[in-house]
Amino acid sequence: MIFNRGIKDGLAIGLGYLSVSFSFGIMAVSQGLSWWQAVLVSLFNLTSAGQVAAVGIMGTPGISLSGGMIEMAVSTLVINLRYSLMGISLSQRTDETMTTPARLVTGFAITDEIFGVASSQEKVSRNYMLGLAVLPILGWTLGTLLGAVCGNILPAIVTNSLAIGIYGMFVAIVLPVSRKNKSIAFVSIVAVILSIICYYVPFLKAHISSGFAIIICAIIASLMGVFLMPPKEDNANG
Amino acid sequence: MDNAIYVPLLLVSVLVTYLIRAVPFVLFKKKIQSKRVQAFFDYIPYAVLSAMTFPAILYSTDSIIAAAVGFVIALILAYRGKSLLVVALGTCAGAFVTSLLITFLG
Repeated sequence: MIFNRGIKDGLAIGLGYLSVSFSFGIMAVSQGLSWWQAVLVSLFNLTSAGQVAAVGIMGTPGISLSGGMIEMAVSTLVINLRYSLMGISLSQRTDETMTTPARLVTGFAITDEIFGVASSQEKVSRNYMLGLAVLPILGWTLGTLLGAVCGNILPAIVTNSLAIGIYGMFVAIVLPVSRKNKSIAFVSIVAVILSIICYYVPFLKAHISSGFAIIICAIIASLMGVFLMPPKEDNANG
Repeated sequence: MDNAIYVPLLLVSVLVTYLIRAVPFVLFKKKIQSKRVQAFFDYIPYAVLSAMTFPAILYSTDSIIAAAVGFVIALILAYRGKSLLVVALGTCAGAFVTSLLITFLG
């Protein structure tokens, strides 16, 4: 069943989210949110960088409501702008079950990781997306709850080791496709090189937020792929 | 935190985040015809994942050495075509064991 396949593919994401959101929960409480306030932020936003910024704004001492709302809208918009691009990209793979209501529901779950896994499918159906979203949402919310309630019970060595798993999963998505498709291999390598530059050049690191750096690197690398690599013949997805 | 501040700010962040995701996903239903634009959107996911993974993976645990070991294991397992979950768990295990070794030996 397609829904179950989605659930299974979402497990690694859910586990990764559990550990990442655990640290978010700790951080949110340190900004003055109660445990249930932290949990609601995670449940309804389902995004990492955007939430960290949001909680930072909420926790700003003496912030005015109107000023805070404007700052919240602008920063959320900029940090999460990449999801628009992902939605359009994902749209190129959806099948006929992805109706407008289905998009309105599953669109909520477009995150970097869910998008990445969904994009590794030839066709994305409504049920696959629904299944794929379940464990990440659960993991993200539960991790926040655990982090907020019992911050420092787990030894750091365990939570840290869980946090790396999500990156391992990304490698598992990119590498097999890159082996079969030279253009995608080229784009991936360029993206990594640009990302290294953004990370290690102090000026860039200081002035570009990590969420923004990712989207800049990805756009430049993809454009280079479009103009420098031969157009696809059979199928670009391997 | 005072709900008079928290609730409105939460609503703004939730609304903006949701609209950014859902609106383009709903509006762009047509398949893109241009080969170049199509190729661009084929590349984007892999470019995003690659940029997101490196070098961030090296700083995802306490020890850069443990992370590097996890990364190498991820590369080997992924190269052999293992499933997402197997690669993810292998990466965690590699980093965890290396961290333990560093803790006990270092």
